[in-house]
Amino acid sequence: MENEKNILEVRNLQVNFKTYAGDVKAIRDVSFDLRKGETLAIVGESGSGKSVTTRTIMGLNASNADIASGTIKYKGDDLLKKSEKEMEAIRGQDIAEIFQDPMTSLDPTMKIGRQIAEPLMVHKGMKKEKALAQALEMMKLVGITDAENRINDYPHQFSGGMRQRIVIAIALVNYPEILIADEPTTALDVTIQAQILNLMKELQDKISTSIIFITHDLGVVAGMADRVAVMYAGKIVEYGTVDEIFYNPKHPYTWGLLSSMPTMDTGGDELPSIPGTPPDLLDPPKGDAFAARNAYALKIDTEKEPPFFKVSDTHYAATWLMHPDAPEVTPPAQIVERQKKYADMQSKLVQTQRTTGPVEEEEEQQ
Amino acid sequence: MADTVKLPEDSFKPISADDRTALDSEKIAAPSLTFAQDAWRRLRKNKGAWISLIVLAIVFIMAFGSIFVSPHDPNAVNPSYANLPSKIPGIGINGFNGTLVQAGQRVDAYKQAGASNLHYIMGTDYLGRDLFSRVLYGTRISLIIALVATLFDLTIGVTYGMFSGWKGGRIDTIMQRIIEIILSIPNLVVIVLLILILKPGMTSIIIAIALTSWTNMARLVRAQTMELKEQEFILAARTLGERPMQIAFKHLLPNLSSVIIINTMFTIPNAIFFEATLSYIGIGISSPQASLGTLLNDGQKNFQFLPYQMWWPALVLSIIMLAFNLLGDGLRDAFDPRTKE
Amino acid sequence: MAKYLAKRIFYLVLTLFIVITVTFFLMKLLPGTPLTNQAKLSKSQIALIYEQYGLNKPVWQQYLLYLAGAVRGNFGTSFQFSDQPVSYLLSSRIGPSLQIGLQAMIFGVIIGIIVGSFGAMKQNTWVDTSATFVSILGISIPSFVLAVLLQYYLGLKLGWFPIAEWGGFIYTVLPTLALGATPLAESARFVRTEMVDVLSSDYIELAKAKGLSRTGVIYHHALRNSLIPLITIVGPLAVNIMTGSMVVENIFSIPGIGEQFVKSVLTNDYPTIMGLTIIYSFMLCVVLLFTDILYGIVDPRIRITGKAN
Repeated sequence: MENEKNILEVRNLQVNFKTYAGDVKAIRDVSFDLRKGETLAIVGESGSGKSVTTRTIMGLNASNADIASGTIKYKGDDLLKKSEKEMEAIRGQDIAEIFQDPMTSLDPTMKIGRQIAEPLMVHKGMKKEKALAQALEMMKLVGITDAENRINDYPHQFSGGMRQRIVIAIALVNYPEILIADEPTTALDVTIQAQILNLMKELQDKISTSIIFITHDLGVVAGMADRVAVMYAGKIVEYGTVDEIFYNPKHPYTWGLLSSMPTMDTGGDELPSIPGTPPDLLDPPKGDAFAARNAYALKIDTEKEPPFFKVSDTHYAATWLMHPDAPEVTPPAQIVERQKKYADMQSKLVQTQRTTGPVEEEEEQQ
Repeated sequence: MADTVKLPEDSFKPISADDRTALDSEKIAAPSLTFAQDAWRRLRKNKGAWISLIVLAIVFIMAFGSIFVSPHDPNAVNPSYANLPSKIPGIGINGFNGTLVQAGQRVDAYKQAGASNLHYIMGTDYLGRDLFSRVLYGTRISLIIALVATLFDLTIGVTYGMFSGWKGGRIDTIMQRIIEIILSIPNLVVIVLLILILKPGMTSIIIAIALTSWTNMARLVRAQTMELKEQEFILAARTLGERPMQIAFKHLLPNLSSVIIINTMFTIPNAIFFEATLSYIGIGISSPQASLGTLLNDGQKNFQFLPYQMWWPALVLSIIMLAFNLLGDGLRDAFDPRTKE
Repeated sequence: MAKYLAKRIFYLVLTLFIVITVTFFLMKLLPGTPLTNQAKLSKSQIALIYEQYGLNKPVWQQYLLYLAGAVRGNFGTSFQFSDQPVSYLLSSRIGPSLQIGLQAMIFGVIIGIIVGSFGAMKQNTWVDTSATFVSILGISIPSFVLAVLLQYYLGLKLGWFPIAEWGGFIYTVLPTLALGATPLAESARFVRTEMVDVLSSDYIELAKAKGLSRTGVIYHHALRNSLIPLITIVGPLAVNIMTGSMVVENIFSIPGIGEQFVKSVLTNDYPTIMGLTIIYSFMLCVVLLFTDILYGIVDPRIRITGKAN
């Protein structure tokens, strides 16, 4: 899948954490691409390995992390082979990160202007005055009102939403190629969440950066992402465009995630949830890690890990249900409805395309 | 990308109910431990704390066991055997073989005193008393003072802190002001004043130490109580009409226990230290009674010529202090895993 | 700020007033008089001495007189040296104590910061282990034991430093080391814990994500945030130094107030004990006030000034 358009290519990444009880296999063979200008959402429960993936990209894993195998190619260079010094030059310059909790991710004893200016001083070697002037521009850009007067304030003088704007300003001040947003709205109020998401989209257009958007909340993915990768127990189990994942999911885990997401149609009924808990990654189960919680589990799920089955050129799912020999199963009612909507959309699309020109897309596999 | 390997026939059968129970999605890998068990496990993993616990146990057994079995009577004066250095049978190293340097020459002090067949493992003092027995005796007195004082200080501190934290408001403010005033005079000064009023002696030392060192405990307990007070389970107990005393003993104390235990581990060495300082100044335990402090004071007078007379009590005192400090640290980490990784 | 300061100073005065009152009445409970030291005096002599010390007046008058005197720094006349006012006795002795105390504090805290932060930066390595060992050892060995050991080995045996004398700076080295050990150990422990905490915080992660080097992260973010809370233990450290000085000054024969305190206690010189108690309390209150204000200035989160908005 080598591609000119890919700015980041992660291949066969395996990360273990050494603990007193043994190795925790946090990332178990993960591969994905990030294209220029796109937003890739990585979705999964807590502990599924989303954050470890981004930390590995940033080279900021805890000292007991062991990268067992894999490559992370940024513009063709393997980040995993770079020295600490080289990574320092990349962090905050080419790849920047936004963290989950804005209440704790700013230095409480440093003026925020200085905190925003810091990446400029480090990477561009700017003098303090010049960097502060640019920081001020950035503060205006992320929508901090009265920026001139607030540049010398300390973090505790700002609300949570404003602090996240500051964190975004810090991340974007060097116009990075890649922005990693690790659950950037989880700690915020719902109304503020929307503001922050809109701001991120707006800024993405302005400074044309690619975004890796980590979240456990499929709800925020819909409006934000171009493509989605679903992670479970240290593996990607399904990936595709946002429409494919939302309207034509193939993996039972994705079904579970989507069903447990409240929608406009959800009545007063109880919201379904995925039973059980994720497996212990100290000793991952044989076969499909999701089998134990999977109502559609097959015998082979307990014996062999499923490979990726192709759904479309852009859509792959790692579940034995996709195997030609597998029995037909009926997904939960809500998913069936989604798939029906998707089929409608596709047929309409095909019709319009037929009338306008040749079909480039491959035939859709159902 | 599809698998090319031939798969078994029944591969694509849905899994049976039996298989499913075997998978058990709710399986929890580690056995569940109670809070105390978990803390105990963590404490045992902490080498320093674990060794300290063993050392303290040995010190306690020896110090209190010496009431019944002591190598010599700690108060038996024997001037002809005065100032004999350490002699541990089987060890030939200078300092432990009963020799000392006199007028530039190393001589066997035991032979000079006509006691070649005897051995005092820590030597004897200026009155010929066996130093080992006196150190055991002194350790016992120091420990008793520290433990009794700590017990009082626990009672005062915990009650004061719980009351202050529970009541809150004006009462709390006044009670905290009182603590601040007490803290505005160095503890040792207050202790000295109290001892002067009460007449020097073991009882007054205990009372003086107890009356001054509870403030720290009170502050910690207060802070913790205020935090607990707001939590749901206390609120529930209040709503259900439990009396304050019941709440205090049934709900608050168990939750305060870790704070109390940890702080006690730091109060005991503090009390030992205060006692030693008082005895060292000369207003502590008076002879023929002995504590580690008085032994240090006696030993220091002759340190230039008979260094072992101070080294031994100093060593024992430092080991006890060290063990309590390490154990306290270990307990804190054990009760609050957050503090270590 | 002014309002806060006024309030704090009011509390300081109130505290001192209570301390003076309590010590005064405690001392009145004591059996001793200046006469216990001088035996066999005639009645008229006794009356004369009583008048000299103002002991013939009713207690409440004595109290008011004492209070009035104390405000002006007059703590009466020493029992031990009957012609010397306590204030004179103490003012001539406070210099050496302050010098050694301050030196010990500065030495202890600075070395403590270095030891503690290296321990935290090299967490769970031999550096950390030895830093922890040093700090636990410093807390466990009483300063008077250390003082005797230093005096004997560095002073007497090696002859590097003079022992039991008072003169220039060289005479202060050993007492400073002996007194500074505990502050060193305490601050090393404190800084290590703080810094380990800070280093695992989110804003350090963000600083790393900005591309700051390891030293940059420590210098610009970790150090300040872990050192600010150190101010809160300066008060307790000052208490420790005051306590330690009583014995250490004795061992090194330093003409300071700590040595005087012990002397006065042993000779039942109550006016001097009272004066010293008040001075110790005053110094401690000032240290606490000073550290509180300093904390407010350095930590933006608790700026006492409180901006209008």
